[in-house]
Amino acid sequence: MTLQRRFVRTVMGFGTLAAATILLAPAIGPTSISLSRAFDRSIPFADNADAQIFFIARLPRTLAGALVGALFAAAGVVFQGLLRNALATPFTLGVSTGAALGAVLAISFNWSIGALGISGVPVAAFAGSLAAVGIVYALAQARHRGLSTTVLLLAGVTMNAFFSAMILFVQYFASFADVYRTLRWLMGDLDVSSYEPIVAALPAAGVAFGFFAWLARPLNLLSLGPDSAESRGLDVTKAQRAAFLSASLATGAAVTVGGPIGFVGIIIPHLVRLLVGPDHRLVLPAAALFGAAFLVACDVLARVVFAPVELPVGIITAIIGGPFFLWLLLKKR
Amino acid sequence: MAAPQKALIAVFATLVFSLAAGKPGVARAERIVSLVPAATEMLYAFGAGSRVVAVSSYDTFPPAVKPLPKVGALLDPNVERILALKPDLVVVYGSQDDLKRQLTRARVRFFDYRHAGLADITSTIRTLGAQTGDGPAADTLANTIERGLDEVRTRVKAQPRPRTLLVFGRERLALRGIYASGGVGFLNDMLETAGGANVFTDIKLQAVQATTEQILAARPDIIVEARASNSAFPSGERDAELNVWKVLASVPAVRNGRVHFLFDDRIVIPGPRVVDGTLAIARAIHPDIFK
Repeated sequence: MTLQRRFVRTVMGFGTLAAATILLAPAIGPTSISLSRAFDRSIPFADNADAQIFFIARLPRTLAGALVGALFAAAGVVFQGLLRNALATPFTLGVSTGAALGAVLAISFNWSIGALGISGVPVAAFAGSLAAVGIVYALAQARHRGLSTTVLLLAGVTMNAFFSAMILFVQYFASFADVYRTLRWLMGDLDVSSYEPIVAALPAAGVAFGFFAWLARPLNLLSLGPDSAESRGLDVTKAQRAAFLSASLATGAAVTVGGPIGFVGIIIPHLVRLLVGPDHRLVLPAAALFGAAFLVACDVLARVVFAPVELPVGIITAIIGGPFFLWLLLKKR
Repeated sequence: MAAPQKALIAVFATLVFSLAAGKPGVARAERIVSLVPAATEMLYAFGAGSRVVAVSSYDTFPPAVKPLPKVGALLDPNVERILALKPDLVVVYGSQDDLKRQLTRARVRFFDYRHAGLADITSTIRTLGAQTGDGPAADTLANTIERGLDEVRTRVKAQPRPRTLLVFGRERLALRGIYASGGVGFLNDMLETAGGANVFTDIKLQAVQATTEQILAARPDIIVEARASNSAFPSGERDAELNVWKVLASVPAVRNGRVHFLFDDRIVIPGPRVVDGTLAIARAIHPDIFK
């Protein structure tokens, strides 16, 4: 089968799954609503509770789940390819911990951009993720002409630990309510309750996905090792830079919308590789689509299993993801 | 084991036991350390304030606590400083197991406190008063509080009970991370006493993480946001904070302009000022009765 046909089949297959999940998810929830009433235009929107539940509560969080899931899963693929390490996740290089530090500072010091009516937390989270990327990037560049993946990994892991310590430091002096809110933020949450956070993340997500499309071939070559990739005409440093920056941008955008939701960025890439093989031209689009479907489905579970109480979606992804990943690990041997 | 040693252990065990068990109403506490702001307020309210020698780092009321040493709080009690103050009674929070163990070892009497319902506030005042040796004054205080609460109940008895959502935490300028009172706990009890019907009365948790869907489905007539005064919204952002609720236009409270911000420690600290706190909620729910 030619690559083109396999690409079409992969995208069609995973695309159908993602589309079905996204279409179905807003119809499911702890409250029973009438869909015909939700779409009844003759009732003013402000009076139509069903429509409000559908369009304000469920649709934004479904779309947020799809975007965040796609970003984490694709970023996971890119980080694993870049670092040539199966255990790499979007959180390995400190991006999400940087974002978390930003969020914690915004929560503890009550930052807000009040004049614009914007909560300071997502802004600070995104700024934190950019700062972390900048520091790790500068470190990995400093003593090498190219980008050392070893230094990248060590710098990332170190920055993770450093930022975590800073978070604990800030937490120690914060009030109980703020500690609680921070903890809640760290569990991940897709209840965005408006479209603005999603729209705000779209430019960064668009740029990242644009790079990912270009990165598929370079990542295939990189998997042979930098030397072989270089000999086949790849500008390795350029590819590594593009991979690191775009995957970091994707992670930053995703964390800004939904918080650090774990496991999506590691299970989905591995699962997809199991299904479609190692070619990044198939793995990347498949992971993005499957990641979207997976996180949306997890969010539906989070909403309904203990209804009316809702679980943080990060707990669901980890509870499903952990054992599943172990099973995968044992099966693969 | 030799007999004298056995006897010694027996004596020691009896001593420890009698200390740990305490003798309610017998030993008057002369040097009290309180690690719980609500309990601090109680001590001052029934007249044991002059014998309080240290409080938690979160204590701000009454103003008399300001100059007192601060010896940590729930997560970081400073045992060394507490012991150095030579207290004869320490009010600890129920979950501070390590601290309790250390106090037992140091043979310092402690009072085990936990937040619970509204009725527990007055029962705590009575038992705490008995422990500090202020039994009669504490009883009087508890009775006054109970009468005050009963009075509020009587005044709202014949009134309709609007469905009320009591929010005590959320992210700034966004409807995210909303924490609301479930069907148990002092906030729920205060709300019910003030003549409101908690929309989450069926969820038997003190704190419910409310999603926008839950709020839209619950359709509260009134939304009360209660916060400690030190985490009040800046006055310049009050309108912006009110505006974030506008998204939920189908919720009656939003449509009818019945979203109330109450930045009031008397509501969020379950101490002797609960009657005033309950009245503050009652004023938001029944403005025509409580002027």
